[in-house]
Amino acid sequence: MLRDEDRIYTNLYGFDSPFLDAARARGDWDDTRAILVKGRDWIVDEMKKAGLRGRGGAGFSAGMKWSFMPKGEGPLPHYLVVNADEGEPGTCKDRDILRYEPHKLVEGCLLAGFAIGAHAAYIYVRGEYYNETRVLQRAIDEAYAAGLLGDDACGSGWKMDVFIHRGMGAYICGEESALIQSLEGKKGQPRAKPPFPAGVGVWGCPTTVNNVETIADAPTILRRGAAWFADLGPENNNGTKIFCISGHVETPCNVEEEMGIPLKELIRRHAGGVRGGWDNLLAVIPGGSSTPMIPKDICDDVKMDFDSLRNVRSGLGTAAVIVMDRSTDLVAAITRLARFYMHESCGQCTPCREGTGWLWRTMVRMESGQASVAEIDKLLEVTRQIEGHTICALGDAAAWPIQGLFRHFRPEVEKRIAARRADAKHRAA
Amino acid sequence: MSEHLPDALVQPARFAFTEANQAAAQQIIAKYPAGRQRSAVMPLLDLAQRQEGWLSRAAMDHVADMLGVPPIKVYEVATFYTMYNLKPIGKLHVQVCTNISCWLRAAPEVVRAAREVLGVEFGQTRADAKATLSEVECLGACANAPVMQVGDDLYEDLTYDTAKAVLEALMRGDKVKFGSQSGRQGACPAGGPTTLKPKPPAEAAKETP
Repeated sequence: MLRDEDRIYTNLYGFDSPFLDAARARGDWDDTRAILVKGRDWIVDEMKKAGLRGRGGAGFSAGMKWSFMPKGEGPLPHYLVVNADEGEPGTCKDRDILRYEPHKLVEGCLLAGFAIGAHAAYIYVRGEYYNETRVLQRAIDEAYAAGLLGDDACGSGWKMDVFIHRGMGAYICGEESALIQSLEGKKGQPRAKPPFPAGVGVWGCPTTVNNVETIADAPTILRRGAAWFADLGPENNNGTKIFCISGHVETPCNVEEEMGIPLKELIRRHAGGVRGGWDNLLAVIPGGSSTPMIPKDICDDVKMDFDSLRNVRSGLGTAAVIVMDRSTDLVAAITRLARFYMHESCGQCTPCREGTGWLWRTMVRMESGQASVAEIDKLLEVTRQIEGHTICALGDAAAWPIQGLFRHFRPEVEKRIAARRADAKHRAA
Repeated sequence: MSEHLPDALVQPARFAFTEANQAAAQQIIAKYPAGRQRSAVMPLLDLAQRQEGWLSRAAMDHVADMLGVPPIKVYEVATFYTMYNLKPIGKLHVQVCTNISCWLRAAPEVVRAAREVLGVEFGQTRADAKATLSEVECLGACANAPVMQVGDDLYEDLTYDTAKAVLEALMRGDKVKFGSQSGRQGACPAGGPTTLKPKPPAEAAKETP
């Protein structure tokens, strides 16, 4: 278990005040200038050495991403954009940073902004987080008043502004290029890549888009050193991570833990165990709704990190652990997710626009047992026709939960279809 | 995603921001770089919606005019995002999440409570315009499921009984403290934290010089 002294988020539950005095007492803004004077290259290099992989789901090296930004001051301004459009079902970690640890995020904006040569950061917060946005805005205002942001941020000579842009209810805006479109005042429809945001981002300028947790991790990493962070977690999966545990556990919660913690231990230690005991577990969606479910026998010893979960054909995603006990109708659960992806498809790419509706309608028939067994293969074929054939990953995200269901529970669905047929025959007789 | 403009709706002939909102609008526009004022479309539409209670055609046209963008570009935005209400809604907008984490923890019971108290189905507004009931996708408070949002506030850790009590109080015009209705702090495990636990008094005393 992660030692308390290695925790980044010591006010994750909000027992303490989120505001400046209390945040300072927790170590935020402690001689930030000393980090800045080490220079842009040092910060990027230190982040690379720390091995922080993006906490928004894709797991791309944050330091590497920062290093893609053009060096020096070119003709175009650079921008930092923070993705706080948390919307992946099961995920509620960024919310707690916004409302209880906002100064970690604001300080992270200054450090990251400086490291990528940006004088302005835009934090894109999902519209439903209205109260959280108010806390964050107050933290930003406090930082300006204390000279931590503004024309001479922390006395470093670097000008840094931080603004909030509120979303208005669109899951797709969590995709970085859709988020950029939305920040420009447009429909949130993803852009084809390349060009990548580091070349052409918001308003056509070089832009880095990072998740809230990634940016909020940065000040502590830079203060305590890359070696400290890299020492935590398995190789290539460094550091700590906020896990969101929901569903059929005794005490659902958010908790910061070391990467690579066994799933079983995570649930037992922090969430009071699976409702009705570990043997009552049926399956877990380990990283938010887009990641394929894993059955109990894999949950028994899988570790919670990017590579371990990829090796069992799932993913860490946002580390949103959704626990389902043996009372769960897994087909109904996945049908509900299929409806979600249909609702959230932006409609730009045909395979996703048409396919997500098709998947949902077929899943409804699977759920009731009305489908035929032959349709299962057709359904899986359609998921493969969507996957990889769209501009963004929403199409993949719609395909994976269904693939995960049939990978592990196909016989259950076949049984359901057979039972319905037998029942119909019986009635007819 | 969002609903299209309803045909039969009576649209107000004109819209103007109040003086205070006009000032707020200028502050919002100033957050974006010079020449990029189109970025203010979303917050200005939100401001207009907060003023009117919903987003009328006249308000959209007014925002388009303020920002110097063609009205169609504003309609595109207004119809894309689900939080813009393109027709009048009830005084209380009750939005119940039925996505997976809430569903696993008995969201249908919250839905049942909301239907009973409000007397309407999803997508409907009461005849007295006191409330609208909507089904929504994930609200991002999954460790505190099931949840519902009323106006700007999230009510969490709901049961049939607590959902009913919250909605009855709000319908009476009473204030209800938002957040967890089971009394826990944030997304801390019920029964107390498993990390950063307060030290037992004996141990804490030893550390004090």
